[in-house]
Amino acid sequence: MNAQAILFYVFAGAALGTAALVITAKNAISSAIFLVVCFFNLAALFVLLDAHFLAATQILVYAGAITVLILFVIMLLDITQLARMEGSRNATAQAIGLVLVAIATVLLARQVSESPIGFPESLPPAFGTVEAAGDILFKQYLLPFELVSLLLLAAIVAAVALAHREGDRP
Amino acid sequence: MFDFLGMGMMMLRIAVMLAIILQILPLLIWWERKISAYIQDRRGPAYANVGPVRLYGLIHTIADVIKLIGKEDITPAAAHKPFHFLAPAISMFVALLTFAVVPYGGTIEIAGRSFPLQVAQINAGILYVLAIASLGVYGIILAAWSSNNKYTLLGGLRSSAQLISYELVMSLALVSALMVYGSLRLDQAALHQAGPIWNWGAAVQPLAALLFITCAFAETNRNPFDLPEGESEIVAGYHTEYSSLRFALFFMAEYANIIVASGVITSLFFGGYQIPFVSTEFLRANASLVLHGLLLATAVGGPLLGLLMVFLFFQGNERGEKDWDSAVVALAAGFGPGLAAGGVLLLTGGRFELGAAGASILVALLQLGCCVAKLLFFCFLFIWVRWTLPRFRYDQLMRLGWKYMLPLALLNILVTGLVLWRQG
Repeated sequence: MNAQAILFYVFAGAALGTAALVITAKNAISSAIFLVVCFFNLAALFVLLDAHFLAATQILVYAGAITVLILFVIMLLDITQLARMEGSRNATAQAIGLVLVAIATVLLARQVSESPIGFPESLPPAFGTVEAAGDILFKQYLLPFELVSLLLLAAIVAAVALAHREGDRP
Repeated sequence: MFDFLGMGMMMLRIAVMLAIILQILPLLIWWERKISAYIQDRRGPAYANVGPVRLYGLIHTIADVIKLIGKEDITPAAAHKPFHFLAPAISMFVALLTFAVVPYGGTIEIAGRSFPLQVAQINAGILYVLAIASLGVYGIILAAWSSNNKYTLLGGLRSSAQLISYELVMSLALVSALMVYGSLRLDQAALHQAGPIWNWGAAVQPLAALLFITCAFAETNRNPFDLPEGESEIVAGYHTEYSSLRFALFFMAEYANIIVASGVITSLFFGGYQIPFVSTEFLRANASLVLHGLLLATAVGGPLLGLLMVFLFFQGNERGEKDWDSAVVALAAGFGPGLAAGGVLLLTGGRFELGAAGASILVALLQLGCCVAKLLFFCFLFIWVRWTLPRFRYDQLMRLGWKYMLPLALLNILVTGLVLWRQG
């Protein structure tokens, strides 16, 4: 087993472990912090795959911005009250959840069994660079990219419309 | 065979990076006291001493450290202990990590291999800086929440809102500068800014430089953006419940962040390690001449400085005592280096054979000096602004960020794009 494989198992194991802790932790803040650690391990896996740009973006967007917003919201809520609400689980919701997890597992298993396992022997010199990622994003997938940004814009406008009350100062 | 040279150079590169941050840090704490004192027409710290020597108040920093070590380390009873323990460590860790992609010198050529004076050459470059710097908010947020105190929580909330808002403008201000450099790598940016100072990023992209520096102030929580620790409203903000060395870690992290921000500003907008008007090739070709000139300047300038200091020594300080600080400077910065340089000149007769490796090392050292000098200027700017401008009100802060700086940054990207397109 080479060093790359050992590192892969270390980071993959840590990612799975922290992901499990996210849903089992009693405290919402602890969950959020474990989520950040999980994102870190995912970024490390990206680095192992020579995708440095993706790794940096992963930390910048998910660990640096989105989870901070999640923490922000948790802090504004009363956590002791959240803990008391845990009793409200119903059987239908649990059943739907189980079915969805089963579907996702089957789809993932099929995808994984079809794709090659192991580290690629040789990569093109520009692989994983900002230039390569930009080429793919703005040439090959330009239309989907623009559509996604339009979707995000709509979401932002909707958020502003919901948060804005009549009579507020603009 | 194990690559001893590569490994050794890597260790050296990391050591120099840590030395830059950790050695400038106490200096900055001294500057903060001394500069604030002169701005407010005081003298600043002047009593801590070793014998008759006060080093213009620098000894006070040592007294401070001893005081902080001696204090009781208190964890509030209602605190969340693991996070309360981790938060200061995260703050310092993030600050030290960010500097890894900042180049602090050109390349050194030894045995046909070239080593860049930069810890990590990552293609994502500045994205790494933004990514790691954005993690700094966790130190603040965790400290704020785990202390279980209203004031710390308010400080943490202010800080996270502020950091998210200004991070956005910071990245957008960067985009226009990076469009000009054509690369995200800071060493490429430094190469792009070689030569005369109108090649500097600040001259090519003045608006981006201004926006970026402003955001750097917000990201380091420095005045006028220091609402997270606004002492007139929320005691000391997120670190209210910290004492002893864990408070010291927050304190040090603030200055480490200033040094890192200054390093990034320098390499992006002010030529990085490049010495203005003088190219690396020119310096390398004339390395022995440069060394000769430096030694000559030290041999002449050192004793002159020493004589001035001896004059100040006899003139005495404001208490009418002999000024022993001047005596220390006279020996350590005046006569000592002067004699050493003169001795070397006399022994060698002023003829040097440096070779390619020696020339590259000399040039790299000069560039390291230039980089640190620029970096120190921006550290000074941080302190200068803190003691000059009043703190923003919270709504002013948000309005400035979202309504003025964000549209300006977007406009700057548009204009830069149009100009680059016209130029082809």
